[in-house]
Amino acid sequence: MDALRYIIKRLLLMFPILFGITVLTFFISNTIPGDPARLAAGPHADAKVIEELRETMGLNKPLYVQYGTYMNNLVHGDFGFSNFSHQPVIEDIKAYFPATLELTLFSMFITILIGIPFGVISANKKDKIADQFTRVMSLMGVAMPAFWLGILLLLFFYLQLGILPGSGRLDTGLSPPVTITGMYTLDALLSGNWTVFQSAIIHLILPAITQAAVTIGMITRMTRSSMLEVLKSDYVRTAYAKGGTDTRVLYGHALRNGMMPILTLLGMTFGHSLGGSVLVESVFSWPGLGKYAVNAITYLDFPAVMAVTMLIAILFITVNLIIDILYQVIDPRLNYD
Amino acid sequence: MTLLEVKDLKQHFTIKKGFLGEKKIVKAVDGVSLHIEHGETLGIVGESGCGKSSLGRTILQLLKPTSGEIIFNGKNITHLPRREMKTVRKDMQLVFQDPYASLNPRSKIRSILETPLIVHGMNNKAERMKIIESLIDKIGIRKEQLDRYPHEFSGGQRQRIGIARSLTLNPKLIIADEPVSALDVSVQSQVLNLMVDLQKEFNLSYMFISHDLSVVQHISDRVAVMYLGKIVEIANVEDLYKNPLHPYTKALLTAVPQPDPTKKRERIILQGDLPSPVNPPSGCPFHTRCPVATAECKTEVPELREKEMGHWAACIHVQPAQLEKPRLIIS
Amino acid sequence: MARRLFSSPLTLIGLFIVLMIIVLTIFAPWISPKDPLEVNLGQKLLPPSSEHWFGTDEVGRDIFSRIIYGTRISLKIGLLVVVIAFPVGTVLGAIAGFVGGVVDQIIMRITDIFLSFPGIILAMSIAAALGPSIENVLLALAITWWPWYTRIVRSSVLSIKNAEFVESARVIGANPIRVLFKEIIPNSIAPASIQASLDLGFVILAAAGLSFIGLGAQPPSPEWGAMLSSSREILRDAWWAATFPGLAILVTVLGFNLLGDGLRDLLDPKNR
Repeated sequence: MDALRYIIKRLLLMFPILFGITVLTFFISNTIPGDPARLAAGPHADAKVIEELRETMGLNKPLYVQYGTYMNNLVHGDFGFSNFSHQPVIEDIKAYFPATLELTLFSMFITILIGIPFGVISANKKDKIADQFTRVMSLMGVAMPAFWLGILLLLFFYLQLGILPGSGRLDTGLSPPVTITGMYTLDALLSGNWTVFQSAIIHLILPAITQAAVTIGMITRMTRSSMLEVLKSDYVRTAYAKGGTDTRVLYGHALRNGMMPILTLLGMTFGHSLGGSVLVESVFSWPGLGKYAVNAITYLDFPAVMAVTMLIAILFITVNLIIDILYQVIDPRLNYD
Repeated sequence: MTLLEVKDLKQHFTIKKGFLGEKKIVKAVDGVSLHIEHGETLGIVGESGCGKSSLGRTILQLLKPTSGEIIFNGKNITHLPRREMKTVRKDMQLVFQDPYASLNPRSKIRSILETPLIVHGMNNKAERMKIIESLIDKIGIRKEQLDRYPHEFSGGQRQRIGIARSLTLNPKLIIADEPVSALDVSVQSQVLNLMVDLQKEFNLSYMFISHDLSVVQHISDRVAVMYLGKIVEIANVEDLYKNPLHPYTKALLTAVPQPDPTKKRERIILQGDLPSPVNPPSGCPFHTRCPVATAECKTEVPELREKEMGHWAACIHVQPAQLEKPRLIIS
Repeated sequence: MARRLFSSPLTLIGLFIVLMIIVLTIFAPWISPKDPLEVNLGQKLLPPSSEHWFGTDEVGRDIFSRIIYGTRISLKIGLLVVVIAFPVGTVLGAIAGFVGGVVDQIIMRITDIFLSFPGIILAMSIAAALGPSIENVLLALAITWWPWYTRIVRSSVLSIKNAEFVESARVIGANPIRVLFKEIIPNSIAPASIQASLDLGFVILAAAGLSFIGLGAQPPSPEWGAMLSSSREILRDAWWAATFPGLAILVTVLGFNLLGDGLRDLLDPKNR
């Protein structure tokens, strides 16, 4: 009952945030950049053309009317028209979003696979060599510019060794699998296309590792401190006293109880990865939202930039909401207020 | 001459439990009337949670009263605007319980003592220093120590600094909220004696709030006993300690250790815990723990009545002595 | 206090790096062997040597000199962003915590909105809207960063606003502004200032990222992110052009992080 009330409360609280996000993006796109009409008309248009454009674009109306129009369009899935791709922004987003999602999920998978065991080892061998090593590595990971790591990986694995591809999602010559989710690995698996699956995975390796490098550091540190708390507790000491082996106690008892804070951090990591996609996708020419946004910036295509910004924000708060709710539902000790 | 008069003062807090939660009312102070004369010390005793601290803070207008009146120096200050209240503040000050929390850890002692003067517009630095130096001389802090920070002093020293701060504006009334309860017993009497000396020197009135009956006995002229936001008994200190009327006061007094072990005394042990002020018992608030409670106590709210000359109690089982002129409210 | 600070070797390394960056920033013209903007096509794409420690780029500029001058740009951005965002965030957080009620609700909902964007994305769109330049990146990052301080300061204010020394200021009749600025803020900014020292590194990292995608410093500015961006064109021929600017970012950010971590451990009562 309390959990349900909590979920309803959180859902209700999301509306003002969503409203705020649209106000902020509206504000950035419509008032900061100066005159959108001049931008739309191009650098050589004369004053009269610009004035006509202002009228047709509704720029002479009061701000709240403009915001109303903007909101109305958003609700109807109209994110504006891309001057660069010459199609509605929503179409572009539909095309590019699955690539970003695929990369993000893949890098989060790597993050969990490496970060959590490293954190557990680090906590279990506190202040030993293994702990010092992971500590330094995670500090480096957090301080490292991901785009730089990406370039170095390209340099080594693509240019030097030539064993991994350096750009794109598939080998040239291969055609994408049937679109089901838009994520090539999943679609290839679903349609049983083994060659495409292999190629897609291989193309994911470098970008995903690059993306994961930063978040591994964050997760490792969080897991470590969370585990240190748990390892001090009575039930873990009891489990050891009963003759439990390291692996069993650590991963069976302790980690399960130390997962809570890590779960929250995974939500933040997701946001971080989405943000980082702008940089990582540029390095690997990965055709996702980030690369799309960077291209849009280069071509002064503001509707596209703002749509990506808003979409990522909405995605980010939704994931955090789901995690918060999970957190509350899983852990009955928490107070719902 | 009366310095402070409080009439039927109430301080009710609303607490809302959670989102969509129901509102609950805590009656911290529930209809308190009292007065303090010039140069007098009124002790307020009660268990923690009885509302004695809220009473002090409401009188000082740190908390806005729910209802009732506060008349200070002949002036009703209950609803004064902030600017006018500021001039009144000069005359009534507060000494805090915790000498570790009541001094800003990032201010030097000089600045802590100077601030009240600056706030009240004394712009001449030399004048300020003159006042401060004469004050610290009285509380036993040396001039060189003015540029130290609070953490460099002991608890007793800090409490004396707190007292000095309350005196910088030359107030008439000091409300002292458990001023010695955080101190070591050996230091308590030093601070109490300092307060007594300062009272004589500056003709101060004290409202001395404490849970410690012996400390209150030592310093007070009159004592009020509080229970769940109400005064249940109020009398001169000798009357109250020698001849307690209210069953609650009797119980409290039997719990005080006696210096003479041969003296026989019967200890009254109170049943149960202090009820929550969120949901106080009906009728007499004390009836749930009272050894002499009867069925009437559950329904009838006892009024604070003068049972003997200058000795008031709120209990229907205490028979009033024959008075020449029975009074209903304290005047 | 100082002895405990320096008992951790990692903190010492952090301090050393930060001091080194400050020295490089101040003395860049005397330390760097070449003019960071001087084009010398006869010397292009030279690998690291005793003449050019970090090699040269596609137009023969000395990468070592460019990196040294780059500290000026990065440190300037880091400091200015924190100098703008910190007071704004602190004052708003203190007001929210101190005043409470509707004011608190409004301020905190606004910070929620800012924090529902991944930082770099919000900064990117603001910088994109303002137009590519160092100043706009600076402004965009400041706009993105302040809510963090608001949150931290608000929670520390809430923990001390009912402290007796705050009440004592009210008893003497001090006005709320004085209480806020003299009693509350000085006693609640320690956690936020530590965050600020950590943030110097992260701001530098974010600014380099924005320059990398073409929003911040423009060529031929010796900004590290912009240098990395143009190094991609010559990656096949000049590994050094990509390696050293990134290393400079890593070391700088690491330095601020280590120092900030050390300060945090020092002030965290749990570690005493």
